[in-house]
Amino acid sequence: MKLKYFAWVRERIGKAEEIVEPPAEVRTVGELIGWLAARDDAYAYAFEKPTVIRAAIDHAHVKADAAISGAREIAFFPPMTGG
Amino acid sequence: MAIAATIRIQEADFDVAQEIAGLSKGRTDVGAVVSFSGICRGSEQGEPIAALTLEHYPGMAEAEIARHADEALARWPLQGLTIIHRFGRIAPGENIVLVVTASAHRQAAFEAAEFLMDYLKTNAPFWKREESARGTSWIEARDHDDAATARWTKS
Repeated sequence: MKLKYFAWVRERIGKAEEIVEPPAEVRTVGELIGWLAARDDAYAYAFEKPTVIRAAIDHAHVKADAAISGAREIAFFPPMTGG
Repeated sequence: MAIAATIRIQEADFDVAQEIAGLSKGRTDVGAVVSFSGICRGSEQGEPIAALTLEHYPGMAEAEIARHADEALARWPLQGLTIIHRFGRIAPGENIVLVVTASAHRQAAFEAAEFLMDYLKTNAPFWKREESARGTSWIEARDHDDAATARWTKS
């Protein structure tokens, strides 16, 4: 699946997008955050406050308990500040 | 009759008067047009800023705004709806966002415009970064924006 990062999440990780294949036991958005945060210091810093992070699956907002099975694109970003 | 919203996500500036005229000119069914323009301030928290840079999520920004436009069209009897949101670097005094609603009567036009702006603030995937003498920093989301959005939730 493709992951996309925006704003300070993107800056902390150091890339805007990447392709990942998480193991089968990673089933939800929250578990995916935990799996990413364990990768290295940059990911750990980006996801240091998981409750602040917002997520979207295939261009729609989702909560941390959303299943990632079948997702084409998952995005992680801070609370939005447009308008 | 269902009307289609005009939604544009663009880097270029827009002409507010032209967009308002586009929803009312030559029509006799529109009795009220409400427009909200969001404009880049020259200061944030009392500190002068040089510019804002808006990052967005292409694809999702259009989809998310379209979902809220559809909800507004379902909740209020609108005759026209235009939403424009800019991205990229925006200097103080320049336009950031525009919502224009047209209806037979003012209440629907006022309420739909406010509903859409509240949702754009908290749900549309845009992020503002400010440039000032102290460098650049991401603007933090405000709790009162979430509270403003929450009041539209049907109980």
